[in-house]
Amino acid sequence: MNVVVCVKQIPDPAAPQSLDAEHRLNRTGKLILDEADTYGVEVALRLVEAAGQGEVSVVSMGDATDLTGIRSALAMGAMRATVVSDPSLKGADALTTAKVLAAVLSRELPDLILAATESSDGYTGTLPVQLAQLLDLPALTFATSVVVEGDTVVVHRQTEAGYDEVATQLPAVVTVTAGVVEPRYATFKGIMAAKSRPVTVMSVADLGLDAAALDPRQDIVAVETATTRAAGEKYVDDGQGAARIVSFLEQIKILSGSAS
Amino acid sequence: MTVTNLWVVSEPAGSGVTSTSKELISEARRLGATVTAVSWGADGEAAASLVGSFGASRLLDLGDLGAVLPASIVAATLASLLASESPDAVLIPASNDGRDIAARLSALLDTPVLTNVTGLRDSAGLQSEHPIFGGTQTVLARLRASGPGLFVVRAKSFVADATGGAAAERVAVTAVVPSTRAATVRSSHVEERTGPALEDAAVVVSGGRGLGDEASYELVNELARLLNGAPGASRAIVDAGWVPYSHQVGQTGKTVKPDLYIACGISGATQHMVGMKGASHIVAINKDPDAPIFSISDFGVVGDVHSVLPALIAALKARP
Repeated sequence: MNVVVCVKQIPDPAAPQSLDAEHRLNRTGKLILDEADTYGVEVALRLVEAAGQGEVSVVSMGDATDLTGIRSALAMGAMRATVVSDPSLKGADALTTAKVLAAVLSRELPDLILAATESSDGYTGTLPVQLAQLLDLPALTFATSVVVEGDTVVVHRQTEAGYDEVATQLPAVVTVTAGVVEPRYATFKGIMAAKSRPVTVMSVADLGLDAAALDPRQDIVAVETATTRAAGEKYVDDGQGAARIVSFLEQIKILSGSAS
Repeated sequence: MTVTNLWVVSEPAGSGVTSTSKELISEARRLGATVTAVSWGADGEAAASLVGSFGASRLLDLGDLGAVLPASIVAATLASLLASESPDAVLIPASNDGRDIAARLSALLDTPVLTNVTGLRDSAGLQSEHPIFGGTQTVLARLRASGPGLFVVRAKSFVADATGGAAAERVAVTAVVPSTRAATVRSSHVEERTGPALEDAAVVVSGGRGLGDEASYELVNELARLLNGAPGASRAIVDAGWVPYSHQVGQTGKTVKPDLYIACGISGATQHMVGMKGASHIVAINKDPDAPIFSISDFGVVGDVHSVLPALIAALKARP
């Protein structure tokens, strides 16, 4: 069974974030593998291990100057990576990204395509299903567990009130939530092996795509400072913290005033 | 050009539609548009009456789609309908199915989609508001593509208000069966719940990593029970498996706007704050005096949840 995981290198979310002059997320600093993607890589590795054959590879779109994040996925156990990198893709919207990844994946359609439900930098959350539509594949989204039985993939899909058990035939796209599995840490051996695993960097022209058809079609009109809540009183607990909360709840009339 | 014609994807819930669908119909009406609701599910008559009461004049009813994920069918049908009608935009709730429908429709129409919308403005066409960096800034965006804009709107971005309008004109639409293989729903599991639903509760008590362990979440449950509220959670403890996803508040969970939100051992990651900063009152309990949650709290206690919560529970139990 061959599984491809869609991954993204993002600015470290722990570092302060800012927008550039074109109102796009500043991506000039160090890029890391989106933590949300490590769950997909882990699910893929387990499915291939359980199947006893096949391989996990990753596909990504973005600047390929620094491939540290891609190497992290390879160090976990993915065997190869394809990265589409092209100046014309700067500021690409999710549909454009989906078209680019669809062009890569349609060359050699895997049994299963995995992705996070959304990236941790943009949170758009539409790419995997746009990709599924472009490839005319079913999509099982928001999975908290993923099992393959023969040629059928079965997931637990999060719902507002619990979960549904949903199934479809392979090939398919599945999006996984954080917490679906505990991602493995890369071993020293894995990190060393990752250095020699192939990373194919492709341009838009390599894929036979027309750059003009990939123009972003959404504009940022403005960025405004939002009205923020003012911080209220901060009380350092000296044993009266609970009593002070009770008084506050009375003041805002969540609790009726005490008789005393 | 002002907005004159809006479609709202109205997800079925029980015999009606979801709260977010009602919010979107209300806002579409407030923007001055003629509102068409698009829905599916078993009870079209009830849905027509309900969406009408919020301001929709027409219901495009796809009927019962069976036990499958609806996205591929709904998107294919919408794409077919949009070949002969051209509303200014299609508004879609930011639910799991809503996001899937928007993504498929976007690919079918070859038009981009704007997600995480929390506000809409009519300024020579629709512009959408998107909170970034934990809601400290708002990005104002606009679609350049021709054809209807696709906007995926977060829950509780707008107020749902029934105007007492007549039932919408119900138009039965034959659902388009797409070439994409179906995803079959084999069974549904509903988490047990005793109090009010998290998204509707007037009081929400949420716990985070600061609780230390799964067993301490019982303090959150008990406080919620005493305040007739619902227990919630940060993503960290949902990912850790302490509580089910249905408890999660934040960017990837539920958006809540209660009268009172009590954050217990939650530091206040931006992804959490986006889901709760609309609460009327926020109380936070956290050991770390520099926790970001205090920056949006009306009342904060710098202290250990393991001493403050039991004392608070005891104090509430002691009240007449």
